[in-house]
Amino acid sequence: MFLKKYISDIFNAVKSLLIGMRRTGYYFTHRKEIITQQYPDVKQILPERFRGEVIMLHDENNEHACTGCTACELACPNGTIKIITKFDVTPEGKKKKALDTFIYHLELCTMCNLCIEACPTDAIKMAQNFEHSVYDRSQLTKKLNKPGSKIREGVE
Amino acid sequence: MFEEVGTTTEGDLMINVGPQHPSTHGVLHLVITLRGETIIKVEPHLGYIHRSIEKMCESLSYRQFIYVTSRMDYLSSHINNHGCALCVEKGLQIEIPERAKVIRVLMDELTRLASHQLWWGAMAMDVGALTPFFHAFRERETINEIMEETCGARLTMNYMVPGGVMYDLHPNFQKRVKDFITLFKSKIDEYDEMVTGNVIFQNRMKDVGFISKEDAISYGCTGPTARASDVSCDIRKLFPYEVYDKLDFHEITATDGDCFARYMVRVQEMRQSLSIVEQLIDIIPEGDFQAKTKAVLKLPKGEFYSRVETARGEFGVYIISEGGTTPYRIKFRSPGFSNLSALDHMARGHKIGDLVAIMGTLDLVIPDIDR
Ligand code: SF4
Ligand code: SF4
Repeated sequence: MFLKKYISDIFNAVKSLLIGMRRTGYYFTHRKEIITQQYPDVKQILPERFRGEVIMLHDENNEHACTGCTACELACPNGTIKIITKFDVTPEGKKKKALDTFIYHLELCTMCNLCIEACPTDAIKMAQNFEHSVYDRSQLTKKLNKPGSKIREGVE
Repeated sequence: MFEEVGTTTEGDLMINVGPQHPSTHGVLHLVITLRGETIIKVEPHLGYIHRSIEKMCESLSYRQFIYVTSRMDYLSSHINNHGCALCVEKGLQIEIPERAKVIRVLMDELTRLASHQLWWGAMAMDVGALTPFFHAFRERETINEIMEETCGARLTMNYMVPGGVMYDLHPNFQKRVKDFITLFKSKIDEYDEMVTGNVIFQNRMKDVGFISKEDAISYGCTGPTARASDVSCDIRKLFPYEVYDKLDFHEITATDGDCFARYMVRVQEMRQSLSIVEQLIDIIPEGDFQAKTKAVLKLPKGEFYSRVETARGEFGVYIISEGGTTPYRIKFRSPGFSNLSALDHMARGHKIGDLVAIMGTLDLVIPDIDR
């Protein structure tokens, strides 16, 4: 009795193992269904909504749409964004608040998208770049407005 | 406690598993008392990944705190976000558009599927089968790509916001989900063929880690862990939120209460989730995906509680508001913590080799337990 159970156990185990191995054999002979990506050589195109880092949009005249309203700074949960504003003098001689520096601490950013949602003029957006490793942490603190850029005409 | 590690007075052996151990799926530290190879006691030590999320939330506004909850149970991040959004909406007394409700449920179920797939692979790996892990990840990748396209992230989405969802569905969404349904229907049979029917696997799972209905209730177990002991505790059925009351799906329960029952409940839940996605994918109503809300949210003075069913069990959000823009106190009820507390009861009297199998069926996510 014991011997019979012992042998049938072995038989069942081998049988279920073979059923499982059939799957392995299937994929061994159907190599097209293997989905490994050759990552650094072949790069995947990421979808447009993918959140990699925050960037500021500039047009060909080196102009952006940021008014320096600090809505994004207030929306950010972890102090990633620091807006430094200055006062421009308009042709009429009036003082007008404008963006001086947009400081973005990539190392603090959690890619939560709240700043993008908060921006009233759509001046910033998410970029798809995700390879952020650098040798020095200070390289992760970025200035998003390009040097010499100014606000586009007509953006309030 | 740590000084005593070694031989105790009665000749029992105390060993440490973790905090860095492949089978604990995270930084869980177990102090196990052994007599020979038999487990006398299992004592989980927590705190290695405590980030004081509840305290952090007190300084964040009602829009901002939701993203943190993705980092608790990162495998059910959508569902955690959902629970928080529901609680804030309850406080604000706003009704969200029908389209947003359906999108939320679809995302929840896809997350549940992804979570169960990962669990299935990890479970098989815990008991010694490596290949299923890669199979599970292959199908999970399809869901991740769908999420990436619509929500913008693969794991920590922050897609549910108070009032609805952050953006509308991607135009490709319906097609890709339908492709996934067709694909996964055949793959789930493959899962059964490969692992469920395997005699070695069944021998390792059956009659191991038993917990009775009464004990499961008194330990506060929820989710598949409790449903395998015949406790009916599916929040989607008991306290339906969004559109769950209009859907046709079953609450899966089993009566055995052992590891295999917990395994089977989760595998069948995958089929149920798949059927929910199938029912909803063609009838997503048109309309807004977000209700109009104020820029700065202020909850009235009072206490609010909402609960959702994550892949692991009941997730509760309790907000006390003083009327300001930030919560006065937030408490999260995480399913993993109560499920882990039953581990000692389940493992006593079993061999040490079975501990890994029992832990696997609990589907522990340590950042959810520690917060
Ligand atoms: S994505 Fe989130 S964390 Fe990053 S800068 Fe914007 S608001 Fe801050
Ligand atoms: S990026 Fe947008 S939200 Fe931020 S300061 Fe500029 S205009 Fe305001």
